[in-house]
Amino acid sequence: MPSNPSLALTTPSGDFTRTERVGMALVGLGLVGLIVAFVGTGSSFPVLSFWVSIGGIVAGGAVLARTYLARPAGVDNNGIWFSSTTARGMAGWILGIVLTGFYILLYWAPSSLDHLVRMTDAMSYVLRGEAADRWFLYGLFYTVAVLVMGARMLVKYRDNPYQILRTISVMFFQLGLAFLLPGFLRMLNQPEYYFSYFWPLKYDYLWPGSLRGLLATPSGLGVFMVSWSVVMFFVATPVLTYFFGKRWYCSWVCGCGGLAETAGDPFRHLSDKSLAAWKIERWMVHSVLVFIVLTTALLWGNSATGGWILGSLSGTFSQLYGFFIGLVFAGVIGVGFYPIMGSRVWCRFGCPMAAVLGLLQKYFSRFRITTNGGQCISCGNCSTYCEMGIDVRWYAQRGQNIVRASCVGCGMCATVCPRGVLKLENGPRRGRYNGPVLQQYDAVSVQQSDAWLSSRGLMPPVHEDIPVLTDADMQGM
Amino acid sequence: MSKHVVIIGNGVTGVTAARFIRKLSEYRITVISAETDHFYARTALMYIYMGHMRYQDTKPYEDGFWQKNRIDLVRGYVTRIDTERRLVAIGGGRRLSYDALLVATGSRSNMFGWPGQDLDGVQGLYGMQDLATLERWTTDTERAVVVGGGLIGIELAEMLHARRIAVTFLVREKGYMDYLLPAEEAELIRLEILAHGIDLHLGTELGEILPDSEGRARAVVTKSGEELPCQLVGLAVGVHPNTAAVHGCGVETNRGVLVNEYFETNVPGVYAAGDCAEFRRDGIGSRRIEQLWYTGRKHGRTVAQTICGKRTAYSPGVFFNSAKFFALEYQTYGMIAPRRPEGIRTLLWQDGERRKLLRIDYGARDGRVVGFNCLGVRLRHDLCEHWLLRGARIRDVVGQLRNALFDGEFAPNYARAVGDIFHQTEKGRAK
Repeated sequence: MPSNPSLALTTPSGDFTRTERVGMALVGLGLVGLIVAFVGTGSSFPVLSFWVSIGGIVAGGAVLARTYLARPAGVDNNGIWFSSTTARGMAGWILGIVLTGFYILLYWAPSSLDHLVRMTDAMSYVLRGEAADRWFLYGLFYTVAVLVMGARMLVKYRDNPYQILRTISVMFFQLGLAFLLPGFLRMLNQPEYYFSYFWPLKYDYLWPGSLRGLLATPSGLGVFMVSWSVVMFFVATPVLTYFFGKRWYCSWVCGCGGLAETAGDPFRHLSDKSLAAWKIERWMVHSVLVFIVLTTALLWGNSATGGWILGSLSGTFSQLYGFFIGLVFAGVIGVGFYPIMGSRVWCRFGCPMAAVLGLLQKYFSRFRITTNGGQCISCGNCSTYCEMGIDVRWYAQRGQNIVRASCVGCGMCATVCPRGVLKLENGPRRGRYNGPVLQQYDAVSVQQSDAWLSSRGLMPPVHEDIPVLTDADMQGM
Repeated sequence: MSKHVVIIGNGVTGVTAARFIRKLSEYRITVISAETDHFYARTALMYIYMGHMRYQDTKPYEDGFWQKNRIDLVRGYVTRIDTERRLVAIGGGRRLSYDALLVATGSRSNMFGWPGQDLDGVQGLYGMQDLATLERWTTDTERAVVVGGGLIGIELAEMLHARRIAVTFLVREKGYMDYLLPAEEAELIRLEILAHGIDLHLGTELGEILPDSEGRARAVVTKSGEELPCQLVGLAVGVHPNTAAVHGCGVETNRGVLVNEYFETNVPGVYAAGDCAEFRRDGIGSRRIEQLWYTGRKHGRTVAQTICGKRTAYSPGVFFNSAKFFALEYQTYGMIAPRRPEGIRTLLWQDGERRKLLRIDYGARDGRVVGFNCLGVRLRHDLCEHWLLRGARIRDVVGQLRNALFDGEFAPNYARAVGDIFHQTEKGRAK
């Protein structure tokens, strides 16, 4: 029996180190600051409230992130399914309700957030030259979440170059292009334009009204912004997706993806992996795409005909889209349900940009996740930690490459795989859909090996004893 | 009435066989398991305990898969096999008749008759039931002793450590797994174990386990007389074939169920494959008893062919295996002997600071590559296998090595460094 029976009730996840306690205390202080500001008391001291709440959360987050440094580098998912926060326990549900509640207040009862907004006035003047509004508050919270949880990612995955570069990228695009630059544009009396969002995710960026508004700006900047919208969707999106897959946007640039990859990282395993979910996903995400394409087409038709055929219809469509997809789906469900349904609910079931990128990725891309021969042990870590709910193991254990429309290329399957079976690659398109090749590992004869090489588009060696694979042959490997 | 195939054991061998029999035939298929209702990946047991995954996440197929593929699952323990009347008796009075019977019952943990090995808090780690007992014993465990320097031992050490239990790790050998690995590899793994805060005792053997007044383990005593207090003893000193199901039914056994290269036992219609099978002679598999996940899968696939009328001899192909020692990944292809035989040279590259190692062994005379060992780096299975099958020369392999790297994107490319070492040693030899 243990020498100290009082420890018998201590669960591993309850065993916090001193650093962890300090970090949690600081985050707690920040949350208290937010509540004080929210109820109004704090708005008499807006700057103090700001520093206590935002400062507490940032400092506490940084201290907590540092606790990973105390442990050796490597995959560290210990206890994720035991924690109340990350395994849909009470803490997870409370967090989900708080996040959802925040979105509901933000969209439909904004005056309730006035005191919080006042707290950020000072910062808004510095960054945008005007008083804060609820969208500034939201942008600030969003950016702080990406940066603090991004720092946590950088420490947690510090031995993985892909995760480090990808995280730095989403932190940069959120801070620079989705937070600082739009504010700066406002300060200069320019349109508040987000260079890292494109139609159809930013659905109104190719609507006739928005384009007209931008083109009407006195400076030449509006013309540049319109060109940017058009070129990014019609040229850059297909070209970049051809070379790098959907990931160039979804897990390297996009703000929604950025939040999912940082703040959402502790919840990625909660996505539904069932075949049923995959079916719903395909119907839903493509329906949203059809919806936005139809809406945009109606608006342009309406604009072209001077509004006499489709006037009220296009208006209804755009309002419905804005409400159900833009607000309810992307915000309330997309982020509010992180602790319940995982971090990519919106990206997987709702984002029309993801649908477009997915179609390109599946049919017109070089990207795939390569499976390393017969090395899979079917353990299931890859599927569990796929935030998009892809059953990666289904492919890996057959020795088949993973080519799926929904894959955002976060690389976490490859990171958590305990046998190094998966590798994200931008290879040539030949042999990309390789079929279940695992039976080839029964290959015992040179003939079989040659046949297998041929099946992958590689030239078998000419001589019996010399492996004369040229570099060109090898590129398919 | 179509032929009825009964498979005992729903591990990777039994289930792979069932799946391939379904692909190849319309036979009726029944899989019996005493362990779990559905197939799960035994390789993931450690991740359930560590909280990375839940049991349901370790099931490679959704529960509906079996019905869809018309594979009947029966939960129960086989109590008797009647090979005369071709009947299998399952606990609870149930009986199944078969036309073909596949015994795929896997392994059991070894116990070597140590005093105290049956105490509470002493266990191995092989199946789901072991995980349940481990959960039970470790609710109040602060210190554990793990015995046995194999793959299960180090997994057990990692599991307990992840639950913040202090682990002392007793390994009989002087170097970690030095019966399989050359000294440099063994040393790298030793450092990895120490870096994760495990109290590693090399060259130490278990003497006995001491009980407390309630019959629970309270300490182990090593052969050198050292007493180590603990509340849990993990015995991970290898596994042996589980042959209990066939005892007394006329099927010949030695250490395992004896089979030929077609996985046929001495009794017509009865086959055995996977961990529980033992080849009657050398030269069929890479060894008489093959106990890897990969070999189990391959056995299952091969025996399915034979059961479906296409009698197929087993051929192990180019050997490969993999493991993970804490954060250190390990892959091996072909044959690397722990102590280099006559006529074999080695090309060794190490990045000591980052704990990475690549070894390529090759023939001194013909330069043909015979094996690869990777620690902390990954190589492409298909290309390595191809090189080994074709008898590729070391010079060509080194020249094309960059094509075989399978590390993640943006990982440092060490192919040139390996080439430099090779050319330097060659130059040294020429002088």
